[in-house]
Amino acid sequence: MSTLTTGRPGIRRRRGRDAGRLGLLVVLAVVMAFPLLWMLLTAVSPDRDLNSADLRFWPSVLRLDNFSRAWNSLPFSTWLVNSVAIALVAVVITVAINLVAGFVLAKMRFTGRSVLLLVIVSTLMIPVQVLMIPQFRIVAELGWVNTYWAVIIPRAAEAFGIFLSRQFMLAIPDELIDAARVDGAGTLRILRSVILPLCKPLIAVLVIFTFMYRWNEFAWPLIVLKDQGLYTLPIGLTFLQGQYTTDYSGLMAMALVSALPMLVVFLVFQRYLVEGISTTGLK
Amino acid sequence: MTVQAPPGQAARTAAFPGAPPARRRRRGRAVREGATAYLLIAPNLVLFGLFLLLPLVMTFVLALQESSGIGPGRWIGLGNYRQMASDDVFWRSLVNTAVFVAVTVPASLAIGLGLALLLNRPIRGRAVFRSVFYLPYVISGVVIGLTADWMFNENIGVVNKILRLFGGDGVAWQSSPLPAFASLVAVIVWSHVGFCMVIYLAGLQGVPRERYEAASVDGATGWQLTRHVTLPALRPTTFFLVVMMVITTFQVFDVIFVLTGGGPGNATQMLVTYAYAAGSAPASRATPRRSGS
Repeated sequence: MSTLTTGRPGIRRRRGRDAGRLGLLVVLAVVMAFPLLWMLLTAVSPDRDLNSADLRFWPSVLRLDNFSRAWNSLPFSTWLVNSVAIALVAVVITVAINLVAGFVLAKMRFTGRSVLLLVIVSTLMIPVQVLMIPQFRIVAELGWVNTYWAVIIPRAAEAFGIFLSRQFMLAIPDELIDAARVDGAGTLRILRSVILPLCKPLIAVLVIFTFMYRWNEFAWPLIVLKDQGLYTLPIGLTFLQGQYTTDYSGLMAMALVSALPMLVVFLVFQRYLVEGISTTGLK
Repeated sequence: MTVQAPPGQAARTAAFPGAPPARRRRRGRAVREGATAYLLIAPNLVLFGLFLLLPLVMTFVLALQESSGIGPGRWIGLGNYRQMASDDVFWRSLVNTAVFVAVTVPASLAIGLGLALLLNRPIRGRAVFRSVFYLPYVISGVVIGLTADWMFNENIGVVNKILRLFGGDGVAWQSSPLPAFASLVAVIVWSHVGFCMVIYLAGLQGVPRERYEAASVDGATGWQLTRHVTLPALRPTTFFLVVMMVITTFQVFDVIFVLTGGGPGNATQMLVTYAYAAGSAPASRATPRRSGS
């Protein structure tokens, strides 16, 4: 208001403040991005740059063979395949069953619904570490130790995804479902042809989050996978840390490679992610 | 008023007087719908039961047993708790975890809120800033831990190199307790602020315009608007974030495992790393190397 009535000086002051805001944001962005930038710069630096006492931001020569050297020192290609397979299968299974559960809890009327919802949401509070030892025993009983399933299945039903789906689907009008039902559509048909097409932002969010959790997960795969040949990238990386303590350029090169798929997924979908979070009742 | 049957059904019932009463038909449908509902949600229920509720019960049972890892345990009542209570490392982990959560969560929320306020009004490059601030949240804890471990290296890490550039001394990030703890806090705050920012940005969308207008008619300016209009309106958002952040911060494992391994001398040992060490010490393979002590 005051900027309008005071005219030009007010506008000038506001512009000055905006410039200040932009400057502050640039500084903060540089600070926030620095660790990732440093990972990238280290990955392409020769060892002598890293070991010298002086600070050197840009590498004296570009060393791209850091990637191949580190990649070939350990079975990274196997670990990459494992990571991709686990993340993709987990995304399909997890998103599918959690979408269905969200629909059931949001749109179907049955006895025990509110109790179910309460139980599911309250499991969010349990730290996963508390359950790991019994979970491991159950997985062992099922004979799944050392298989992809041990990583994928125990984390497939997920309170966060179910809750998110339910909140999102609550906003879909019941009239649409009633209309489809009058037209003779069964529950599955309604879910597939009426509900899911309206859930694209939700599905995008669920896919990104599930991919992120599975791709980045460390402690649980570390416990249930015993063979080196089944390890995922995060576990493999700690091996590099253990065995080649001084090869920081190789270590950062592999860290970059293992983070790259997630970075790509994020940069492609970040618009949906931020919109999705603000439209899925997560506030 | 009683619940009304869908128009089509009511009409059909009226048209066929011999048909069963609508209520019984509705009840039949409700039972069928209930059965379908449980059938559809069954995979989730089985998984929850098998991998969350059953382990929860087992945790309580196992807590009262002595076990060598394989085979049935021996009942020892509260013996494990007695043993734990007499373990200095446990108490150290408990205090560390409390301090860690108490410092990290408010810092993440405050910085996240600051970033959200800076980005709430239109500004050039807003989407880029938003992405840059959120990016650390999507990076795996192992990658974050490795990168931080390299940056906080006492001899050739970039943090100490920058400090020396300004004439300071290098800090013993890896071998002295307080700096190690501080580096961990900094890294976790760095990775969590983006999430707080996004949630706060969503919350800011929900603050009614009229409140700002009303307050500025009353003569409120800049900071006063933030203090008396924005912050109170964000209270539910803050509550949600506090709950989320306490849970996730309490559960941070991979960054600690890789960056400090709980050291030096248990200075960064948390309840979860303590539990991991106690639960799988003999079986652990990828034990992180630790420089210093």
